[in-house]
Amino acid sequence: MSRYFTKDHEWIDVEGDIGTVGITDYAQSQLGDITFVELPAAGQAVKKGDSASVVDSVKAASDVYAPVSGSVTEANGALEEEPELVNSDAEVGGWLFRVKLDDSGELSGLMDRAAYDAYVAEL
Amino acid sequence: MSVASEIDNESEVAAGPEPLPLDAWHRDRGARMVEFAGYWMPVQYEGIIAEHLWTRESAGLFDVSHMGQLLVSGDQAEAALEALLPADLGSLELGALRYSLLLAEDGGILDDLIAARWPGGFYLVVNGATKWDDIAHLREHLPDEVTLNHLDDRALLALQGPKAFAALDRHASGEYALSGLTFMRGGRFDLAGCDAWISRSGYTGEDGFEISIPAEDAERVAELLCAEPEVKPIGLGARDSLRLEAGLPLYGHDLTDEIDPISAGLTFAISKSRRAEGGFPGAERILGLLEQGPERTRVGLMLEGRMAAREGAKVLSGNQEVGIVTSGGFSPSLERPIAMAYVDRELRSEGTTLAVEMRGKRLDARVTPLPFVSHRYHR
Repeated sequence: MSRYFTKDHEWIDVEGDIGTVGITDYAQSQLGDITFVELPAAGQAVKKGDSASVVDSVKAASDVYAPVSGSVTEANGALEEEPELVNSDAEVGGWLFRVKLDDSGELSGLMDRAAYDAYVAEL
Repeated sequence: MSVASEIDNESEVAAGPEPLPLDAWHRDRGARMVEFAGYWMPVQYEGIIAEHLWTRESAGLFDVSHMGQLLVSGDQAEAALEALLPADLGSLELGALRYSLLLAEDGGILDDLIAARWPGGFYLVVNGATKWDDIAHLREHLPDEVTLNHLDDRALLALQGPKAFAALDRHASGEYALSGLTFMRGGRFDLAGCDAWISRSGYTGEDGFEISIPAEDAERVAELLCAEPEVKPIGLGARDSLRLEAGLPLYGHDLTDEIDPISAGLTFAISKSRRAEGGFPGAERILGLLEQGPERTRVGLMLEGRMAAREGAKVLSGNQEVGIVTSGGFSPSLERPIAMAYVDRELRSEGTTLAVEMRGKRLDARVTPLPFVSHRYHR
């Protein structure tokens, strides 16, 4: 399994043609207390770079962009009752949705962990 | 991921944000700093919800040094200010505070403020984002015999919450005890060796104090107060969620120069004698609205579900657009989204069922009396 990162602070774990998407720990720390997550429905088509989910914090709403194009296979239902999982466990249990990739070639434009960490260190 | 709406974007500062007296102190305490009203301000320390709840049950220290502290003095100060504000300042006793509004000629609200009578003049606290416009407005309209001083060498702290009194009382001494101050009263105190003006007032709905001190003493006083077991520093994020729960409007959002005091539900800010006499900017229009009732009025909305309604969202009744949200967010105390909105007058009564449109979704909402969380002022 490989993990990729976007400049907009999403992560995606890819296994076969299924990607699991979330926001990074850095992103959740910037957003602060998360109170609601608007998740995409299974079957919904998402396009790389378009808003696929919205994370509401106490002070603001933030778009989560799809790191790749594809169709949503599943959303993390645990977030309905416990949106704060995105704060406490952003990069594991706080995943947002799974997507069946249209084109794994889109992954080549994303960063690996080392590149992302270097990118965040510059912010 | 992108942050769609920051807390405030009212300021227009070409030179970039400036540091306030407590800048280094906030950073040392791990605050996340954001630009607000032209300054670097702490938006949060440990997290907005924790800071919010701490203030409601104990005491929080807020740095509000971005706000404008002004002194209007001279023999004619009272009459000159009464020409710009709808408050009856003549009845304001020494040390007493009054909430008032700087009004435009058409009755629109230029700013909301607190005026206190000091010996020889009036001490005003105005909003940070509007203070330069306020100063220009006052300079233009106050007669030459009246002096306007911008007390920009002073910091302003707010200590808010049910344990604020206990914490502050250990350090403040004056001609009379701190317990002598009731809500909307202030006086001069010695606070850890510095000359402080302390008033029992604030923007959270809790008992608490606002403390004006020389800028050079700010760090020492903040350190001293936060060393008290009841007190933690609190950021702007929780200040906003606290004032929203308390039903208190925020200038630039719930109040603007296109909104008059009657629509805003601030009729109480127009003193009785001024209603009879008029003589303030926009008096004719405002007194007319008072009689006829405004088209739209500010209400509280309690939302179903967890998605927050944000500023600018449309309010619907059936399919009809009947209003607009001016402030909205998650209420940490009530654990649900709340909002303030302007809605058509006939829909203002408690319990009216409305909806808010957010990102193409329809959120059920119910008109709820303000404040959402009861005030606990020390009267």
